[in-house]
Amino acid sequence: MRTYVIRRILALIPTLLFASMIVFVTIRMIPGDVIDLMLSQNDVSADKLSRERLIQALGLDRSMPEQYFRWIWGILHGDFGRSLWQSTPVLEQVLQRLPVTLELGLMALLIGLSIALPIGIYSAVRQDTFGDMLARSFSILMLAVPSFWLGTMVMVFPSIWWGWSPEVNYVNLTEDPLQNLKQMIVPAIVLGAALSAVTMRMTRTMMLEVLRQDYIRTAWAKGLPERLIVMRHALRNALIPVVTLVGLQAPLLIGGAVIIEQIFVIPGMGLLLLDAVGQRDYPVVTGVFLVVGLSVMLINLVVDLSYGLLDPRVRRQ
Amino acid sequence: MSATSEALPTVASASHGAIVCFVVRLFQEKPFGAIAGLVFLLFVVCGSFANVLAPYGFNEINLIERLQPPTWQHPFGTDNLGRDLLSRCLYGAKLSVIIGLSAAGLATVISVSIGMLTGYLGGRVDMIGQRLVDAYMSFPELVILIAVVSVLGPGMLQIIGVLSLVFGIAGSRIIRSAVLSVRENMYVHAAQSIGCSTGRILWRHILPNIMPPIIVLFTTRVGAVILVESGLSFLGLGVPPPTPTWGGLLSGSGRSYMFQGPWLALAPGLCLTVVVFATNVFGDALRDLLDPRMRGSK
Repeated sequence: MRTYVIRRILALIPTLLFASMIVFVTIRMIPGDVIDLMLSQNDVSADKLSRERLIQALGLDRSMPEQYFRWIWGILHGDFGRSLWQSTPVLEQVLQRLPVTLELGLMALLIGLSIALPIGIYSAVRQDTFGDMLARSFSILMLAVPSFWLGTMVMVFPSIWWGWSPEVNYVNLTEDPLQNLKQMIVPAIVLGAALSAVTMRMTRTMMLEVLRQDYIRTAWAKGLPERLIVMRHALRNALIPVVTLVGLQAPLLIGGAVIIEQIFVIPGMGLLLLDAVGQRDYPVVTGVFLVVGLSVMLINLVVDLSYGLLDPRVRRQ
Repeated sequence: MSATSEALPTVASASHGAIVCFVVRLFQEKPFGAIAGLVFLLFVVCGSFANVLAPYGFNEINLIERLQPPTWQHPFGTDNLGRDLLSRCLYGAKLSVIIGLSAAGLATVISVSIGMLTGYLGGRVDMIGQRLVDAYMSFPELVILIAVVSVLGPGMLQIIGVLSLVFGIAGSRIIRSAVLSVRENMYVHAAQSIGCSTGRILWRHILPNIMPPIIVLFTTRVGAVILVESGLSFLGLGVPPPTPTWGGLLSGSGRSYMFQGPWLALAPGLCLTVVVFATNVFGDALRDLLDPRMRGSK
C-alpha cells in the first residue's frame, strides 16, 4: 500500500508540470494589442498603469521560457503574482474565496449523494418496475437540464408565485452559520441535482452487476433478509466504482459552481474568476485557473487512495 | 470494365442497405431512442433553416407588442423589446447546430487521432500522452473556456476551437481503450507481419473496427458541447449579441424582465433541455445497438 501511495504521488509530478504549462500557454496567448485593450477598457486606472508597467507586470518583455521559469519559481515560493487592479497578492484573494466554493461543492456533493444512492439502489433492486422507469427517466432528464436554467427558474418562479426568492446577500459561515446554510442550501440543491443524475445511473448499473454475482445467490440461499443482502453484501462492492465516478465529477462540480455562484451571487472562486475576466486581470485568472486544476488533481489523488482503503483487492496488489 | 461498373452499385447498395437495416433495428429495439433521434433531426433542420422558418427576424423590435405572453401570433411570447421569442429561439438553434456539430465533429477527429496514436504506438508516446490528457482533464471545460475567452475575446471560431480541443482531448481515452482491444487481433498481427506501414494499419485495419465507439462518442459530444456553449453564453462570454443564443437568452438584460414575463425564462431553457435530452437518449440507444461492451457505462 505504501509503494502504491508513493507511486501515485510521483505520477502526479509530470501531470502537474503539464498542467502548469497548459495554464501558462493558455494565458500567454495574449496578442499584443490586448494590452491596449486593457488600458482603454480600464481608463480609470490608465494613469496609474502605463503601457510599459503593464507589460512589465505581465512579464511580457521577457522570452517565453524565461517567463515560464520565473512564473513557476514564484509559484513554488507561494507567489502567484499580484492583481493588476487591486494590487493585492493573488494567492490571498484565491484563498479567501476557496472555502466558499468548497462549502458549496461539499454541500452539493452531500445533497447529490443523498438523492442518488437511495434511488439508485431502489432502481436496481426493483429493476424494470414502474418506479425504476420513473427514476431512470428522472436521472436522464436531470442530465439534460442545464444548471443555469434550473437556477434561473428557482430565482424567478417562487418569487412570482409566492413572493419568495433566495437570499443573495452573502453571509459568511463563521459570522452566522445558520443564515449561511439557509442561503447556501438552494444553490447546493441546484448544483447537486446534476451530480445526482450521473451518480444514480452509475449506482444502479453497479448494483445490477453485483446482484447477479454468485455470492449474492448464496446469501439468498442462506435465507438472509433482503435488506441485509442489499446493504451489507451488494452495496459495499457496488460502491467502489461509484466513489471513483464521484471523484471524476469534481471538475463538473467546480465548473458548475462558476455558474451557480454567478446566479446566486456567492463570492466564491467562480465569481472571482468571472470578475477577473471582466477586468482582464490576468494574474488572477491564472491563479484561479491553476488552483482549480490543483484542487481537482488532489481530489482525484484522494479518491484513488481511498480506492485502496475500500477495496482490499487493490490494497494487496 | 463491365465487371467494375456492376460491382460498384452493389457495394454502394450494400452499405445503403446496412444503414436502412440499422435504422429499422433502431426503431424495433429502441423506440425511445429512435424518437429521440427524430427530435435531434428536427433540431438540426430547425437550426439549418432558421432563416426560412422563423416568422420574424431575430432582432425585429416592436415596442407596441413588448412583453406579451404566448399567443397564436407569438407562440413563445415576446421580450422587453417586443422581439418574437420563437424566432429568437430558432436562430439560437441555428447557432447551437453550427457549434454543436462542428465542435463535436472536430473533437471526434482530435480524439481519434490522439487515441489511435497513443493506443497503437504505446510505450513512451502513450505515457506522455496519457499524462497530458490527465493534466487537461483536471480543468473543468468551462474554466478553460472562460480563461481562453478572456484572452482571445468572445467569438464563434474561438469557442468552436477550444471546445473541440478540450472535448477532443478528454474523449481520446475512450478511443484509446477501443484501440487497445483491437490492436491485439490476429488480422492486425498479420498486417504487421506482411510489412504494412503503421499508417496503413491504422487507416485500413484499426479505424474501421473502432467505428462504433467513434459514432457514439460523436453523438454524446454534440449534447455536451451544446450544454457547455450555452453555459458560456449565459455568462456573457459566448458568441456576442445581437446573435441570439439559448444561453444568452436566459441571461443579460432579459433577466430583470423575467419577473414580469416568466415565459422569457421558459422557452430557451426548454429548447436546450429537450435537445440535450434527445441527444443523450439517442446516443445511449446507438451505444446499446452498436457497442454491447459499452452498455451501461457512463
